[in-house]
Amino acid sequence: MSTATVEDLTEVVAPEPFWTRNRRLGVALILLGVIAAAVFGSLAPAETARFTLSEDAQGAALSIDGQLGAILFGVLTVVFGGALVSGLTGKRWSNASLILGILTFVVSFLCWQVAGKFLPLVDTTSGTLELALPLILGALAGVLGERSGVVNVAIEGQFLMGAFAGALVGTMAGSVWAGLISAAVGGVIIAAILAVLSIRYLVDQTVVGMVLNLFALGITGFLYERLMQSDAEAYNTPPQMPTWRIPGLADIPVLGPVLFDANLLLWLALALVVVIHFGLNRTRWGLRTRAVGEHPTAADTVGIRVRGLRYLNVLLGGVVAGLGGAYFTLVATGSFTKNMTSGAGFIALAALIFGRFTPFGAFAAACFFGFAQKLATYLSAVGSPVPSQFLNMLPYLATIVAVAGLVGRVRAPAADGQPYVKS
Amino acid sequence: MTAAATTEKKPDEQPADRETFFGVFLRNLWSANSVTVTALSIVLAVIIGGLLIIVSDADVLAKFAYFTARPSDALTASGDLVGSAYSDLLKGAFGDPEAFSAWFNGTGTWQEAFAPISETLTYAAPLVFTGLSVALAFRGGLFNIGAQGQAVIGCITAGVAGFAFGLPPVIALLVALLFGALGGALWGFFPGYLKARTGAHEVITTIMLNYTATLLLSWLVLQSGVQDPNRTDAISKTVHEAAKLPSFGGVLRVHLGIVFAVAATAGVAWLLNRSAFGFEVRAVGANPHAAKTAGIGVARTYAMLMAVAGALAGLGGATQVLGTAYALTPSVAGNIGFDGLLVALLGRNKPWGTLFAALLFGALRAGGNRMQSYTGISLELVTVLQALIVIFIAAPALVKAIFRLRAARAAGLSVTPAKG
Repeated sequence: MSTATVEDLTEVVAPEPFWTRNRRLGVALILLGVIAAAVFGSLAPAETARFTLSEDAQGAALSIDGQLGAILFGVLTVVFGGALVSGLTGKRWSNASLILGILTFVVSFLCWQVAGKFLPLVDTTSGTLELALPLILGALAGVLGERSGVVNVAIEGQFLMGAFAGALVGTMAGSVWAGLISAAVGGVIIAAILAVLSIRYLVDQTVVGMVLNLFALGITGFLYERLMQSDAEAYNTPPQMPTWRIPGLADIPVLGPVLFDANLLLWLALALVVVIHFGLNRTRWGLRTRAVGEHPTAADTVGIRVRGLRYLNVLLGGVVAGLGGAYFTLVATGSFTKNMTSGAGFIALAALIFGRFTPFGAFAAACFFGFAQKLATYLSAVGSPVPSQFLNMLPYLATIVAVAGLVGRVRAPAADGQPYVKS
Repeated sequence: MTAAATTEKKPDEQPADRETFFGVFLRNLWSANSVTVTALSIVLAVIIGGLLIIVSDADVLAKFAYFTARPSDALTASGDLVGSAYSDLLKGAFGDPEAFSAWFNGTGTWQEAFAPISETLTYAAPLVFTGLSVALAFRGGLFNIGAQGQAVIGCITAGVAGFAFGLPPVIALLVALLFGALGGALWGFFPGYLKARTGAHEVITTIMLNYTATLLLSWLVLQSGVQDPNRTDAISKTVHEAAKLPSFGGVLRVHLGIVFAVAATAGVAWLLNRSAFGFEVRAVGANPHAAKTAGIGVARTYAMLMAVAGALAGLGGATQVLGTAYALTPSVAGNIGFDGLLVALLGRNKPWGTLFAALLFGALRAGGNRMQSYTGISLELVTVLQALIVIFIAAPALVKAIFRLRAARAAGLSVTPAKG
């Protein structure tokens, strides 16, 4: 979606060259670090916080006094922020410095929360990836559409259709693979309506997307009540995606059980991140997609079929988002319920924007949001004073900060959301 | 946005010589003006809904298994099922003839006869407000997906004001409504301000604020001072009697909110078409660059417009809490904000059109309840119908292609938010 709107209409003072994106991010980090050291440090009890490799309190990988840890990591955040502001990091290391700064802030927060308790790292990491899995796929679907200039706010609807179709066909065919394929088909159905209405009939893409979300909600809810509720045995007990363990690799601490004792969908999602990144940046298809998303008229002039490419990408996005929907019924729960995605599609949209419309950015953002969700469940389980709802708000608030450009503006593809009419 | 869609049928550019009045009428009826497109959209949606009812019914499907042997079985069963579903929908929305005859015979009461209409109006009231919110923002070139979040915040502020202050009647209600409007206005002003200052696209910010508002509500209802002390589940205290919107009571749930809704429609119509602010809104919506050149403060208009739209959605939430729910729960706002989006699109972003669209949606919802309890067909069918109607409305070219309508002027739904 185009973010350049009023800027050119009103006399907004142009940002001074001194305040580059890195400097502003650095200042934000310093502020966060000060908050971490002062607030988390003073609130944290002086008890040991243990981050364990096993599921119980034994075998701590890191064990530190909660108060000390909160202050120490808060100070580290300030250091990384300072490095960004001073420009010592240079261009090359600025992103690393930013990531380290955010990480130390999170660890500082964790030291406060975990003090006197323990946090199982394996469980946290695998939970994070599991929660991030649909977000990754949803955001990748968004990348495909938006990079070619079609706004996709119907990710939520594609999730729902995918989850529903996966559960229904998976149960009726008795095969998880049939379920997986139908989930992709479910996503494609919504994508096809989106594509036809927005590309052929030139309806505003955001409007179509929102209406399609409601349509998917209605139709899956309707068929759920008509079919699945009356006879769950026949329609709503899909087989579950098996987890495969790769011997050897699965024994690596923390990452091994997370990555190599997992289901196919996770590997598929991780592979797609790389494939789409490579495809967008290194192949003819990718160059054309980006051209169509940035300047369709120019692309058309050199002979690229703008509408055809947009159709293709939106439908491919439907496949990917439908697979993301399959996560809900074939991996996470084992049955479909009404409105079971409950806003995950919009978090995926948030991840897409927060990740600056790039596959790896979307992946990182999805993992970050997955971590926030996982942390929310962990904190409410250990009875933390921080309400889980506020942690769950984090993806949404982070996205508002990102699009408002408070710290580094996100720029959407130039022709995003604009239908192309050949003149 | 040009708001080109007109509701009247316009004569074609070059009427043939000495054409009969009837001929002109027929030709115009079959040309794709907005009334025809709307009617045909509803027809298409109802047909698809009927098909959905049939394919999701195991008994009827079983009859289709021997369709070639005895087609009448399958067709009669399908017809009966769809017929009873839709007749229950109509009875639940507008009134059951039996209830009316019972009232005339003296075996029933007038309340029972008018209960369906009352339900329709009850469901329509909040939708009018949220629909107006989206429609008004659209006219200024903004797509206010955030009506849902603004309605949720309106629920919160109106509900809290409703049970926290012990005010005398009338004043208590007015204060609670005012709080609802203010809460929604705040939640709408924020994305408007961000758009004006930083260019952050309102679609993104309002989507994100929707879920933020919902999470805030689900946190708030569990806090002491808000949660009902006699309950352990997520429900707040009940609003004071004085702050409730007065209703007939009994089966007639319809409350004063619908009257306020009509007044709000008139107010928005006046604001848009007669006030200086409305002129600025329409100018900015039509072309922000031209409006800027003409000396209109585009940024200020965006911020103000979103605040007013937010206030309307907040009033919708307040109507929901003070008129029907009386207490806050995590899902108290239901889907009124998103439904408001559909209502505005169906009403073609015109105040009075929005009012009628909200009444239609209220009728569908009220009828859907009866359909669910009598015929056993899920209420979700109504959501499908609503979405389908709006999909067809939004793509008049699609409806034209399906029915091979003539192209006509002023058929399009002009919903292209300003890209600036």
